[in-house]
Amino acid sequence: MSSEPIKIRIKRQSDAKSPASWVDFQIPYRPSMNIISCLMEIQKNPVDAAGKPVDPVSWDCSCLEEVCGACTMVINGRVRQSCSALVDNIRKENPGQPISLEPMTKFPVVRDLCVDRSRMFESLKKVKAWVPIDGTHDLGPGQRMNEADREESYHLSTCMTCGCCVESCPNYNEDSKFIGPAAISQVVLFNSHPTGKLNAGERLDAIMGEGGITDCGNAQNCVNVCPKSIPLTTSIAKASRATTTRMFSKIFDT
Amino acid sequence: MAEPRIAVVGGGLAGLMAAIRVAEKGGKVLLFSVVPVKRSHSVCAQGGINGAVNTKGEGDSVYQHFDDTVYGGDFLGDQPPIKAMTANAPRIIYLLDRMGVMFNRTPEGLLDFRRFGGTLHHRTAFAGATTGQQLLYALDEQVRRFEAEGKVEKFESWEYLSSVIDDQGVSRGIVAQNLATMEVKAFPCDATILATGGPGRIFGKSTNSMICTGYAAASLYKQGASYANGEFIQIHPTAIPGEDKLRLMSESARGEGGRVWVPKKKGDTRAPRQIPEGERWYFLEEKYPKYGNLVPRDIASREIHSVCYKHEMGIGGGAKVYLDLTHKPREVLDKKLGGILEIYEKFVGVDPREEPMQIFPAVHYSMGGLWVGYETKADGEMDMAHPRTHMTSIPGVYAAGEVDYLYHGANRLGANSLVSCIFSGDVAGPAAVAWAKGLAKGAESVDKAVFDREVSRMQAEVDAVAARKGGENPFKIVDELGYLMLSECTIVRTNDGLKKARAKLDDLQARADKATVPDSGKTANQSLRFAHQLPYLVQLAKVMVDGALARNESRGAHYKPEFEKRDDENWMKTTMANYDAKSNAPSLSWVPVDARFIKPRPRTYGAGGS
Repeated sequence: MSSEPIKIRIKRQSDAKSPASWVDFQIPYRPSMNIISCLMEIQKNPVDAAGKPVDPVSWDCSCLEEVCGACTMVINGRVRQSCSALVDNIRKENPGQPISLEPMTKFPVVRDLCVDRSRMFESLKKVKAWVPIDGTHDLGPGQRMNEADREESYHLSTCMTCGCCVESCPNYNEDSKFIGPAAISQVVLFNSHPTGKLNAGERLDAIMGEGGITDCGNAQNCVNVCPKSIPLTTSIAKASRATTTRMFSKIFDT
Repeated sequence: MAEPRIAVVGGGLAGLMAAIRVAEKGGKVLLFSVVPVKRSHSVCAQGGINGAVNTKGEGDSVYQHFDDTVYGGDFLGDQPPIKAMTANAPRIIYLLDRMGVMFNRTPEGLLDFRRFGGTLHHRTAFAGATTGQQLLYALDEQVRRFEAEGKVEKFESWEYLSSVIDDQGVSRGIVAQNLATMEVKAFPCDATILATGGPGRIFGKSTNSMICTGYAAASLYKQGASYANGEFIQIHPTAIPGEDKLRLMSESARGEGGRVWVPKKKGDTRAPRQIPEGERWYFLEEKYPKYGNLVPRDIASREIHSVCYKHEMGIGGGAKVYLDLTHKPREVLDKKLGGILEIYEKFVGVDPREEPMQIFPAVHYSMGGLWVGYETKADGEMDMAHPRTHMTSIPGVYAAGEVDYLYHGANRLGANSLVSCIFSGDVAGPAAVAWAKGLAKGAESVDKAVFDREVSRMQAEVDAVAARKGGENPFKIVDELGYLMLSECTIVRTNDGLKKARAKLDDLQARADKATVPDSGKTANQSLRFAHQLPYLVQLAKVMVDGALARNESRGAHYKPEFEKRDDENWMKTTMANYDAKSNAPSLSWVPVDARFIKPRPRTYGAGGS
């Protein structure tokens, strides 16, 4: 059973404007294959399940060890990285079924499984997700930190900007301006850094207007799909409290 | 001249650091990257970054770091740049700390440091076991800040194709291709910094990301740049064998106490934890009592290779040995090595906290790369502000990071790559600005024809690839190239094998030159892009094999059993490869190593107690 050829259905489109259609592929099985190695097989032998030559499938990938975020796609209806999607495990979950691959739906498709996620990077710009250092010249070490705080922040800083959280979020789409869980969590990261917090107000302001934190509908899908198990809903709750405090302090200060 | 315009190609640690420094110096940065810069290969670095901060009360010093690096590199590294890098390493770690890198801390809240290979000191700062990712993100954030201020303009999903070189031989910008629309376009710039990483793809499967093809370096080499020490390829001793890639298992696993062993009994079929301590062969600890499992990578890889092939003592008779962390407490492992243990668990399906990992060496890093020069001051120290420092042999083009050859000699020490990437960007950025400011006229006033002719040349090249018919699939050819290079040009090299490999490369070159693109798409045509790169990759493979063939000695990562000793008299020299169009192959020459500070000595790491 397990060494049977791998059946894969891929939602394809030749460019941003063309319509999408499903194409079936069949790939010889080898032990410990992942979705990337299936796509590599198609690259080497671009024929569909009927043996008809087709254009090879375009997809993004780079590190292949789930640390760069590039190869994110929707696999059997679930958004995840295709490098860590092992064929044996997927077939165990859905025995006898073909594996379906689709591009993420919340971003413009470039071609096939490639999408343009620049909106996520723009959001990082909007929330000023950085520590504004004075310069690269030698100013000695940074501030001391408690190891427990460090550990919490480290977890937030493993966000790859892969897009899983926004793909699963019902409030994030091309018609909404919602900035999404990843960027909100970065606000929490930088606002808890010993020097990053000196500019906490600016980051909170960035998520207080239209498309900001109040657009979160509390569906809690984000935290379930994050490949790095980042506590996104905890971050959103923290940011929510901080923005509320800031809002009141702004009212009473004026 | 207006503000200098500097093209930075590559968005890993070296490229981003260069971009930050150019922006600080008032230059305008055009930042090119084949992926969004946050996804660059630097994310794969795991274990940490070296700097002799000496907060552990061990009497570590910058000089000791310098000496360890020169000795680790088997005296092939030019010493002024290594001295400058190690002197600046503590500053760089503190800078990263100020940028918000979540380095692990001591109880006093100071940066923590761990052990790494090739040193007896705790010198490696780390952020869990995803240090490269954390460092890259910190620089990415700083670059985003400059981007928001308009000082950096990003061209992500653009690939560098070639440099625009004027009639005086001076670089005036680059030609790049948009990987979505496939448009080929010139970008006039006063200087270019190539920070395009290593050539792992030439070896088929390696620990490198898929984007590390070596194309950019090969393209500049074909345009006349010298490529130095190409034969020095680092094989990392501990990687996880895989279908699509060989995933790194960081040296930090051994830095935190991981032990390498095989069963003493050949063909022992017991589960590893059933094998009592006395029936395990800890071959590294036995042979190198002083450094144990933390001997440098070239030595550890050779020993593992020899255990598996010469002694046929690999696990179950195969090419694998155990890397064992099961004696360490789970919470310590999670805190210090979490990221890498998750990788093993996710991809192998076994919990390395409970079961010893099964690992084997894999191609990891290129010590060789584009030759870059450096100037020295009267006291012999590298002149970091000089416009010729870090410049390739093409005026106006700089190289930084893994793509340069400058810091690691014949073998790189673990956790020295993050520091060399950042330091080289730190030097190349201001050097490029200084060069641009010294130009009589900027790229904006160069005749348009100079740019048009380079665009036409590259467009014609790409079009010719797209128009080919009847050849082979480029992805099949690269599998053969990888297999050949892995078999003949890695841990053990013989002149016979290298000669055969070299002949086979001529065959592969001919086939790569005819490879056909099986994709008719006009958008994001990845097969076209790769078919265009492939012949360049073969050119670089020839540089590696020819360099290895000529070097009749053993030094660092280059090991020839026929010439088992290091030969300083004849071979303490940097290999320089220049493309020769007539033979379509490299022509080699050699220049002496700049060893002005530390005299060469035998490199034994106390083997057998010596």
